[in-house]
Amino acid sequence: MKKHTISILCDDVPGVMTRISGLFSRRGFNIESLSVGTTDQPGKSRFTIVVNGDDTVLEQVRKQLQKLINVINVWDYKEESIVAREHALLKVRAERKHRGELLQLVSSIQARIIDASSDVWTLEITGDTDDVSSFIDLFRHYEIIESIRTGKIALKRG
Amino acid sequence: MKKGRTYGAKALVKTLEKLGVEVIFGYPGGANLPIYEALASSSIKHVLARHEQGASHMADGYARATGKVGVCLATSGPGATNLVTGIATAYMDSVPVLAITGQVPSFNIGTDAFQEVDTTGITIPVTKHNLLVQNVREIPSRVEEAFHICSTGRKGPVLIDIPKDVLKQDFSMPEPKEIVLEGYKPNTDSHPGQIKRAVKLLEQSRRPLIIAGGGIASSDSYKELKHFVEKTGIPLIYTFMGKTALSDSHPLNFGMCGYHGKVVANQAIDQSDVILALGARFSNRHTINLETYPGHKKIIHVDIDPAEIGKNVETLLPIVGDLKSTLHKLTDHIHQTANEDWVSRLRDIDSRALVTPVPEKELNQPAVMRIMQEYLENPLVITDVGRHQMFAAHEFKLEAGRNFLSSGGLGTMGFALPAAIGAAMACPDRQVVAVAGDGSFVMNCQEMITAAELDINMICFVMNDQRLGMIVQLQDEFYKSGFDISNLGSHTDYVKMAESMGVAGHRAVTAEELHSLMKDKSLYQGVHIVECIVPPGENTYPMVNGESLLDIVEEGGR
Ligand SMILES: Cc1ncc(C[n+]2csc(CCOP(=O)(O)OP(=O)(O)O)c2C)c(N)n1
Repeated sequence: MKKHTISILCDDVPGVMTRISGLFSRRGFNIESLSVGTTDQPGKSRFTIVVNGDDTVLEQVRKQLQKLINVINVWDYKEESIVAREHALLKVRAERKHRGELLQLVSSIQARIIDASSDVWTLEITGDTDDVSSFIDLFRHYEIIESIRTGKIALKRG
Repeated sequence: MKKGRTYGAKALVKTLEKLGVEVIFGYPGGANLPIYEALASSSIKHVLARHEQGASHMADGYARATGKVGVCLATSGPGATNLVTGIATAYMDSVPVLAITGQVPSFNIGTDAFQEVDTTGITIPVTKHNLLVQNVREIPSRVEEAFHICSTGRKGPVLIDIPKDVLKQDFSMPEPKEIVLEGYKPNTDSHPGQIKRAVKLLEQSRRPLIIAGGGIASSDSYKELKHFVEKTGIPLIYTFMGKTALSDSHPLNFGMCGYHGKVVANQAIDQSDVILALGARFSNRHTINLETYPGHKKIIHVDIDPAEIGKNVETLLPIVGDLKSTLHKLTDHIHQTANEDWVSRLRDIDSRALVTPVPEKELNQPAVMRIMQEYLENPLVITDVGRHQMFAAHEFKLEAGRNFLSSGGLGTMGFALPAAIGAAMACPDRQVVAVAGDGSFVMNCQEMITAAELDINMICFVMNDQRLGMIVQLQDEFYKSGFDISNLGSHTDYVKMAESMGVAGHRAVTAEELHSLMKDKSLYQGVHIVECIVPPGENTYPMVNGESLLDIVEEGGR
């Protein structure tokens, strides 16, 4: 079992998401993260899917993905060869007595406060998946009200 | 309507005509009535099935018998869901079927409107591709695309779902556009380097073996295969889907391999040193168990679908491409590789095979099939699913070509009768013969009514063993409780059933009765159902009853 980062360039049409996710779910894979958005090419979108699984089975999934009529290309990235980022929004309780510490923490991990109201701050955090996880952990010491992550997006280096 | 103006359904029908469609198997309903309106003035013939599943198997039978795209049509909701089994059947065996469904009007989609189901959603896993057409102007290009996808690369069913309002909408027919499918480029040209390597491997091998699969039919490579076999002298076995890839009487054809294969064929896989797999996908009916499969790592795997390479077995050499041209190239480059010792070793094993005995007076399944063949001339045989299907695979000695149609991948009971109707429509000059089990036959027996209305010739033999025979066999071999779930009883009169539905019905209890029926010329005109009374306890052998392909027995364990 290995973690795979699968990137898919496809037509931006209805149903493409179901087709793609169906090829994972019918084999009992749980998609760990999935992010999708438009690309510089009009009418095309790009998926990044992170999934844990057996190499040979995932190779079969990759080939089946490639066969979908709306899929133009599929890459199963090796971790070393990619640049990857994930984005998180974190709503924390910022009580007056903690604000100094929090502010320090925010700047030390290069997060940003994108919204602040009475004693709730919303922070924006970026990094690779592990960074984002450990940054979020740092805030567990304070009260995390809500958090959300985009899932990984990735491109091949160079 | 003004000149140059048309409407959705009309554009659909015109496009189908342009693509050469001659017949549509369908069933009407509210959402597809606009298509019937357009069919009224079309050259395309419509066959009214009596169940949409029947329509889908008819389209499938038509396609398997000809290699052309078979077209079926249903309404939204239950019409569409009734098509699903037939679509899945075609999908598993890579048959080009175009399914067209009416959908509720666009403004009702997503409201749980009357007879609304998510047809494209339901059929994603069982189609090569599907689409919902939302813009009437796209109908012509989408239909052409669907046809193209269906009938190229690894073939398979495509479904087009069109909302009723789109079917009725007026528009001016656009200029035809070239089809551009950026994500669909089937790789048909096999790599010359791989061909060279394959030739070398085969020439160096001492015990080469060909395993022919359904790909020979899909690519229409019968002649090419025969040339290759005869130039090289390499012995051949086939998977169930590869029956009639090469003539059954060819001296280098050693028969079917796999679960109900022949001992010699399974042994050949074990004893060979290089296997050339031609359009076979190493399904579990062929390999039994991948852990124990003796073929690994000596396989040259030729397939048009790159996803088949390495899916089940480890290959020695993959060749992705069209089988027909690949076989041409292989034949051009290869010299004789025949090894007489190897072929005679196989002959020797085969000579020890048990021949199922047949009684003299009564009928059993092999007897029925042997008697039939005395009277048939190069028949087109269509089977259902069960013991009779395996008897048929072994007993029918057929020529190479589209002569044996059966649901291999999905194993769909109820396939034979409607598929035979489709085949009979497609091949009016041929002797079309369906062989059905009494269980399978009843699953789509309503299609006798369809057949009665058509000007076709076909005979459907119903093997009345009063049992779901294959289930009896599985319970006999692997279960102990004795819960007799397979008894179909003795209250069905298949002759009356046939007659009540407007086709001729006959019954044969003895060999003599079957002979005299077969001798009667009138049997070959129109539609006939022949009920054959066969013993309930007659299991089909050989059969693998252990963990490996080699655990094959030729007789029952008790
Ligand atoms: C639609 C469907 N349901 C169930 C099965 C499971 N099944 C496989 S063979 C068989 C029995 C077939 O009986 P019959 O058609 O009488 O043929 P026989 O085996 O007696 O020759 C059954 C129930 C199936 N293949 N297809």
